Amino acid sequence: MEKEPASKVELAPGVGGGGEIPTFDITLKVRRYNPEVSDEAHWDEWQLTMYGTDRVLDALHKVKWEHDGSVSFRRSCAHGVCGSDAMRINGRNRLACKTLLKDLDTSKPILVEPIKGLPVEKDLIVDMEPFFQSYREIMPFLVSKGHEPTKERLQSAEERDRYDDTTKCILCAACTSSCPVFWTDGQYFGPAAIVNAHRFIFDSRDDAGDMRLEILNDKEGVWRCRTTFNCSEACPRGIQVTKAISEVKQAILTRKV
Amino acid sequence: MATPTIESPRSGRVSPGYSRTPGSRGNFEMVAWLFMRLSGAILVVLIFVHLYVNLVAGDGISGIDFGFVAGKWADPVWQIWDLTLLWLSMLHGTNGIRVIINDYAEKNSTRMWLKGVLYTSTVVIVVLGTLVIFTFDPCPVIDGVAHVADYCPAP
Repeated sequence: MEKEPASKVELAPGVGGGGEIPTFDITLKVRRYNPEVSDEAHWDEWQLTMYGTDRVLDALHKVKWEHDGSVSFRRSCAHGVCGSDAMRINGRNRLACKTLLKDLDTSKPILVEPIKGLPVEKDLIVDMEPFFQSYREIMPFLVSKGHEPTKERLQSAEERDRYDDTTKCILCAACTSSCPVFWTDGQYFGPAAIVNAHRFIFDSRDDAGDMRLEILNDKEGVWRCRTTFNCSEACPRGIQVTKAISEVKQAILTRKV
Repeated sequence: MATPTIESPRSGRVSPGYSRTPGSRGNFEMVAWLFMRLSGAILVVLIFVHLYVNLVAGDGISGIDFGFVAGKWADPVWQIWDLTLLWLSMLHGTNGIRVIINDYAEKNSTRMWLKGVLYTSTVVIVVLGTLVIFTFDPCPVIDGVAHVADYCPAP
């Protein structure tokens, strides 16, 4: 007789499954805003029983699916890849899908707000267009002179390593919306745009580095960075954002002086 | 209550206030950034030598009086030293406050006013300071009468 695949074998309770997942009660406070109802934002609060494996996103889902369907937030992949659900959780910018509830202080209410510095459209949804406008301005695409090669553009492992850190960006806006300089008037290009410029400036295959440096030499470019490190701390991908900005500053200087 | 219209997604509209004014190119911000680093490093030396000579060396803090300052400014080395200190610290400080105004003022008109006050006071202090360093006379003689100190030569 053929053996059953492992997934179909009945397991005794407590064997291999790690047993019962612990549950705990949390208070979730969400900053609500609906311009069609009121110009004022307010806090809504829910008591929820959540599992030890749950993330903030699961708590938001529980609210939306079981308590109040009008709660609005962006999320797509729910696994920290798409960068849709950046929000301010307990005063820090994080991805709701990467923040486990058990890692937060569950004895106090968990505060969830939209990211700062961008116009709020509804609840946790902000207008990302200014953010993407800055991103577009730094030309986030390969620009190469000369004839197109018939095969792939070769690059050594060291050359690839030069900009490896900044390839990790998922455009979630956690860095830009954590930057106090961006909060003031939204004119600053912001860390995310500079990180994505860095990704191409230091790419050996790209020929438009000078143009990007010129764009970021702007009054609202890299020189507005005050190295407060909020961006590096906020980045859910662990990109050393402030370091990347400093490298771009260096590149502008060594090119000019 | 008027219902605000919410633009459809991807309409490409950037909220007013976020669009950057073009034509702000130029290297001024880069030079200012570089100046802050260089002048900062030089100021550390200038300030600590200044503090040591004035407050620690010789009679220390009790040695400071009009004669002490007069003696220092009789020496061209200290004249140049104090002049550099004055200019670098004033420009360093002014640029620092200019940057803070840029970061914290939200309206362009507020920025303009604050910077106007800042630049005016900087010019007044720098001009006045420079004038004092170079025209300082420890023994002013007015109408043939020597003033201030007893160490001055008889007129």
